[in-house]
Amino acid sequence: MSNFTKGIFEENPVFRLVLGMCPTLAVTSSAENGMGMGLASTFVLTGSSLIISMLRKVIPPKIRIPVFLVVIATFVTITDLCMAAYLPDLHRSLGIFIPLIVVNCIVIGRAEAFAFKSPVLPSLVDALGMGCGFTAALTLLGSVRETLGNGTIFNIPLFGSQFEPAIMMILPPGAFLTLGLLLGYFNYVSLKKKERRAC
Amino acid sequence: MFRELLFIIIGTVFVNNFVLSRFLGICPFIGVSKKLETAVGMGGAVVFVMGMASAVTWVIYYYILNPYHLHFLQTITFILVIASLVQFVELFLQKHIPALYQALGIYLPLISTNCAVLGVALLSVQKEYHFIPAVVSGIGAATGFTLALVLMAGIRERLELCDIPRPLQGVPIAFIVSALLATAFMGFAGMIPE
Repeated sequence: MSNFTKGIFEENPVFRLVLGMCPTLAVTSSAENGMGMGLASTFVLTGSSLIISMLRKVIPPKIRIPVFLVVIATFVTITDLCMAAYLPDLHRSLGIFIPLIVVNCIVIGRAEAFAFKSPVLPSLVDALGMGCGFTAALTLLGSVRETLGNGTIFNIPLFGSQFEPAIMMILPPGAFLTLGLLLGYFNYVSLKKKERRAC
Repeated sequence: MFRELLFIIIGTVFVNNFVLSRFLGICPFIGVSKKLETAVGMGGAVVFVMGMASAVTWVIYYYILNPYHLHFLQTITFILVIASLVQFVELFLQKHIPALYQALGIYLPLISTNCAVLGVALLSVQKEYHFIPAVVSGIGAATGFTLALVLMAGIRERLELCDIPRPLQGVPIAFIVSALLATAFMGFAGMIPE
């Protein structure tokens, strides 16, 4: 159980480990895109962790990285083709960031640090936890940017017609700014927690 | 032809800067931008690898994947080709140009996980570039990456001397600075006709 929750809170891949920044910044112009990207990455992460953990005694340690890449790329291709078939709109708005899940440091990092060394069940739980943490972070970032930059959340209008959206927030600078401030906030929270423990 | 190439260069270096507007290669951008010297080294290695990678992936796509309708293998092929290319370049430099290897050495392995390299290959397939524009866009994108990296390193060296609130120190302030840089780079929009 602690394997699952650590991915969401104390080892959250985006806010604590600062991994997988490219998709985090690029696709979070709306909450829906952020969530779609998070779920796609979760699927790839879980699938590849399962396979790598099952094969961990067969894979020669010296060539493990290329083997990881092949396994991950296979799952990414599956995701890519399924999304193109069933969710064409989301597929179009995520664009090249779906094939780019291959080089997401979270996926290969978990394969190297956890799945390659652990039995199947803990690896699965770890991957699911990390995936949920990533999805939650992306959805949060997307919600903040969509609310401020477009006045909607999951395409539902929040404010009346007199609301003037800050378009900056859904453009590239908004992504950097939101992530920087959110990271700062999470650092602040954990610093406060540490201080309280020290007292 | 020349006009088209010029637009590609301006487009990839300034208007659609890989780091600040396309969000590719953020990890090295944040990770290696603490010192000016290392930023320049990393930039050099990226220009070199991205130029080669875009040439090799173009050839593979149009002479192997396209004739046999193997488009679905694109992601797997590209990532394996890039990873082995980086390895090969490393071995080659170590043996034949040791001076360059000394300068770029530690940055090369970092590049295979740089999404900018795979990104430029995927983008030039998506845009159906011919061979020369594909290579030029690879080198241009890498130059844009280097430009952003060097600018950022210069700023971060100065930031060391500033009094930053504790929760914002390190990575968060780097992102906020990038937001300002990205705003500045948005001013380049309109330099090329869409």
